[in-house]
Amino acid sequence: MADTTTTDAARPGGTGRSRTARPPRVNAGSVATHLALSLGALVMVFPFLWQLLTAVKSLAEVSRVPPTFLPDNWNWSSFEEVFSALPFREMLTNSVLATAGRTAGQLVFCSLAAYAFARLRFRGRDVLFGLFLSVLMVPSSLLVLPQYDIVQQFGLLNSTPALFLPGMFSAFGTFLLRQAFLALPRELEEAARIDGASTFRIFWSIMLPLIRPALAALAVITAMTAWNDLLWPLIVNTDPQTMPISAGLTSLEGQYETNYPVMMAGSLIASLPMLLVYVFLQRHFVQSVAFSGSKG
Amino acid sequence: MSVFPATAAAKSAGRRAPTSAARPPARGQRAAYWFIAPLGLGFAVFYFWPMLQTFYFSFTEFGPFGGHTWTGTDNYARVLRDVTVWQALGNTLIYCGIGLLALPVAIAVAALLNRRGLRGVAVYRALYFVPFVTLPVAVGLVWNWLYNGDFGLLNEVLGWFGVDRRYWVSDPSTAVLAIGAVMVWSTTGYYLVIFMAGIKSIPQDYYEAAELDGAGPLRRFFTITLPLLSPTLFFASVICMIQSLQTFDLIYIMMGEKNPAVGDTQSVVGLFYKWAFIENAQGAAAALAFLLMLLIAGLTYLQFRLQRKWVHYG
Repeated sequence: MADTTTTDAARPGGTGRSRTARPPRVNAGSVATHLALSLGALVMVFPFLWQLLTAVKSLAEVSRVPPTFLPDNWNWSSFEEVFSALPFREMLTNSVLATAGRTAGQLVFCSLAAYAFARLRFRGRDVLFGLFLSVLMVPSSLLVLPQYDIVQQFGLLNSTPALFLPGMFSAFGTFLLRQAFLALPRELEEAARIDGASTFRIFWSIMLPLIRPALAALAVITAMTAWNDLLWPLIVNTDPQTMPISAGLTSLEGQYETNYPVMMAGSLIASLPMLLVYVFLQRHFVQSVAFSGSKG
Repeated sequence: MSVFPATAAAKSAGRRAPTSAARPPARGQRAAYWFIAPLGLGFAVFYFWPMLQTFYFSFTEFGPFGGHTWTGTDNYARVLRDVTVWQALGNTLIYCGIGLLALPVAIAVAALLNRRGLRGVAVYRALYFVPFVTLPVAVGLVWNWLYNGDFGLLNEVLGWFGVDRRYWVSDPSTAVLAIGAVMVWSTTGYYLVIFMAGIKSIPQDYYEAAELDGAGPLRRFFTITLPLLSPTLFFASVICMIQSLQTFDLIYIMMGEKNPAVGDTQSVVGLFYKWAFIENAQGAAAALAFLLMLLIAGLTYLQFRLQRKWVHYG
């Protein structure tokens, strides 16, 4: 009880006059805490501010020593240059399609399998689940050579499906959704079964809507992984028209080696879509990470 | 469709003892196979079959006109004899060591955020998480600019404290450290979220009791937070190790192709990429990938062995 009052008194705007010996110590400590945390937050966010400030400066201005903080005048031409230097619009579209394909694929395939592993009983279930989970342990470098051959045999090199095909199948996603299904009460299913609903119908219209938070968590983490992926797109889609934005940025680096305003403008455009998703769906990002931490 | 009660009974039994294989499989659950078939097919095509193939490739040489010739363990011998492999391995272990520093940083921040009555916790967490969400290629480019030897902000700021200018990423003596620092910077937010979830599950009474006994914040951290967080810390260190042993993106983007320190900073996966897709040495690349997997498995096993010494399961 004493703790609660301490907390209340420490709030700005509270009646801070009637404090006993303890609250001032707490206050000094919390100022120090805020200072330390703010300093850390500055380190985390400042590089992005510098990225923006560089993108709107002229090349002459960024080559000045000592550097200026705010630009002499806000110059947006670097952003235009990014779009004329590379098929950036196509690359952004490719990234969106690759992200959507991979996320949709995982939501469908993983939720189906996760439901079976969590709620249905069948011969070989535990062995199969163990086998599926083993995919988690394998480093991707062990897979990409043959995966490349397979995509090539399908005639899909330099195509959008090449970007998302292998990533549609995920052991992590299956595991995450299985945990969510396991936590649901059994009575719902039993009632539906007595009413004669098919297994698929129970899955689709009763169980799936109930694990919506887990689906959202899986969707954001998959979308982020897909958007940020680099090694695989570099391998399968070497034609700039078919590259996603991550791979496209690396070729911008090759072309504009020392033109930092253009590179900062390009990297800003490339990272902005996922940052916007993050701003709006922050809760789901945090949930998916916290989940992987607690249940892993 | 006449066996629903039996199914339910079997399932409730299965729930109590999920690993018991002794239960008779329920009939009428053939639908289950249709549920797992799409994922199973995808895994077979894109994971299990490739795994077997890579294993096969590692014993062959890919001819200039296609086709694989069996060469026995030649690739493995080549990998083990190659100095660049050992250098890449050394670099990778250094990246791993530096990458693990994200854990103490994240724990410290999580402990600060755990302060009772602290406001703005969600805002701090959101800000610290931003680098983790950001496209690694973009992160690499931004830091290259901060590290830039001629016009970079880092040299400018360090100059105020009398530190000499440096070409951070093209100087072999600082390049690995510079890249490792960015790794720590970009993953701290991820581990912070994990640790915050872990700390939340520690009962508040422990802290209150300790406080009544006169334990200060530091003492409470070392006697309550840290031991009770050790299972989470163990999990995080396994993830961190596995991830940083496979590091590629940041190095690839920060080093470019013409950087004189490329060889000094190359990771094992970077070398794999070069062999497999630039130098057309698929056999050796496959052998290298297998050795990397063995290394990861070995170090993970070691961590599981060592956990008995320090992980505290309440």
